[in-house]
Amino acid sequence: MASLDYTRPLTASGNLRRRRVVDRLMRGAATAAALAAVVILGLMVFAIAQRGGSQLSVAFLTQNPPEQLYAAGGGIANAIIGSALMVALATIIALPIGVLIAIYLTEFATARAAGPIRLALDLLYGMPTIVIAIFILGLLVVGHGQTGFYASLALAIIMLPLIARTTGESLALVPKELRDASHALGISRWRTTVGITIPSALGGIVTGTILAVARVAGETAPMLLLASVFDNTKTSFNIFGQALPNIPYEIFNLAESGGTVNVAKAWGAAFVLVVFVLIANFVARALHHRSTRMMTGR
Amino acid sequence: MSNKTQTRSPYSVMDEPHSEIDAATAPVVAPLAIEVADSKDETPPSREVVFDLRDVSVYYGQALAVAGVSLEIHRNQITAMIGPSGCGKTTILRSLNRMNDSVSSFRLTGSCTYHGNDLYASGVDAVEVRRRIGMVFQRPNPFPKSIYDNIGWAPRILGMRDNLDERVEKALRGAALWDEVKDRLKTSALGLSGGQQQRLCIARSIAIEPDVLLLDEPCSALDPISTASIEDLMQDLKNDYTLVIVTHNMQQAARVAERTAFFSLDVSGGQRKGILVEYDDTATIFTRPADKRTEDYVTGRFG
Repeated sequence: MASLDYTRPLTASGNLRRRRVVDRLMRGAATAAALAAVVILGLMVFAIAQRGGSQLSVAFLTQNPPEQLYAAGGGIANAIIGSALMVALATIIALPIGVLIAIYLTEFATARAAGPIRLALDLLYGMPTIVIAIFILGLLVVGHGQTGFYASLALAIIMLPLIARTTGESLALVPKELRDASHALGISRWRTTVGITIPSALGGIVTGTILAVARVAGETAPMLLLASVFDNTKTSFNIFGQALPNIPYEIFNLAESGGTVNVAKAWGAAFVLVVFVLIANFVARALHHRSTRMMTGR
Repeated sequence: MSNKTQTRSPYSVMDEPHSEIDAATAPVVAPLAIEVADSKDETPPSREVVFDLRDVSVYYGQALAVAGVSLEIHRNQITAMIGPSGCGKTTILRSLNRMNDSVSSFRLTGSCTYHGNDLYASGVDAVEVRRRIGMVFQRPNPFPKSIYDNIGWAPRILGMRDNLDERVEKALRGAALWDEVKDRLKTSALGLSGGQQQRLCIARSIAIEPDVLLLDEPCSALDPISTASIEDLMQDLKNDYTLVIVTHNMQQAARVAERTAFFSLDVSGGQRKGILVEYDDTATIFTRPADKRTEDYVTGRFG
């Protein structure tokens, strides 16, 4: 059979039949793996909602924990406040630095300078958070004591590569033609960056920041080392003076302490955290969607 | 700014001869019978030299891109640069306002003066150069801002804040765009058509009152109707500005420019480099070129 018979029916034959089976199998495996990701997320959210959702009440969100360790009632208001304060301070620290890093990388750095800095950001991104926490612990806490500010510093270090990376990506998406147009009008590089490039990339910057906030809101290792010694029954705003109660440590504490009442509360706190993270992600997606629409007109 | 009233829409341009000059000489354009702007209808060309290039060569790293270009560009004239792709016309154009500075391997030798000042002398601020020598690019590149802010943004930064509304209107009128956009100045510039966007970019450039406008194939992304309206506009603009246009379209050079520079590729010595073959009045370039290569190009024998 030297040559093919081009006139026979156009159905699969020979090893094409086997290739089609392999094709189906691989496609099935890939689809199953993709579904697994959705299922895992779904199961986790379901489990947390089922166990934590029942804890949720106005009191749970607005009251502090009871004075007695295993007493029923009370809530996690002070932990929510503490977490919000520390994450906010971390964002205030990390956002300008992260954006400036991204500006340097995309607008000013030569390829030779950008390489090592990108590598450093990637390594920082992959740094175990417990290592960052112990670094801050050794550098600042030992001999001084814990404060919410130190925990914020650790969170800021975790946020930095995230913000720098997402900002850099959205700055890089701004067409070179826009910078050229601005330069051709006799506008300096920095004014171009502030007036054209950053506004064009703002959606991406905000999105990246929200995702970074969502990521560090549940960051636990820094809290264990840097914000764990506190009177967890009081509300404190003294972020520079003392360790603040916070949600991740509260979950850890309640779950560790045993007793059905406390474990149930731990689920409740976990539920609050998950809802926050999910909402933050959806907001980020919506903003991202809007900003890409803005860039393409209308 | 413009001494014509700008009431036409670009879509009416095809209904009438798109300039008085063309109507007199060549109402029908055969592909190779090239109409040439008739110089007797022009105001007598002023001889004031804006750019004076002497033996300018451009290198990218070690590679010689354009070799030994010498030419003078005169005030209130349209000077066209034509030639095949890769012959360095855009490189030379971008050298005139130092837009090549962002290319790190870019190097220029020879003398390139603007009103007698060496553009590449130390101490020359590229930002100041571009403040006076504006540029319109191949693809319309409006900012993702409102129409108003596209025009008003640069003047505001450059300290020309007084009567900004008037300045914006004047720029848009100057670019023959005012009547089309006056009712939607606050809407996004990205909603305009390609031809409108390019005229917006021209308006943006003239809003800061430059001396020179460099146009880098400004019509290559536009349809014929938009192209005609831009060409029309250029005739108005040259009363106030000095225009230099790079174009792939020979007919366009013939229609709009008083002077035309023909660039070509030189492959002698195993090195590909752009050279300036011939620079003369447009009529001479298209009807009695001195160089065989120019003749071959303008008659369509190559390129």
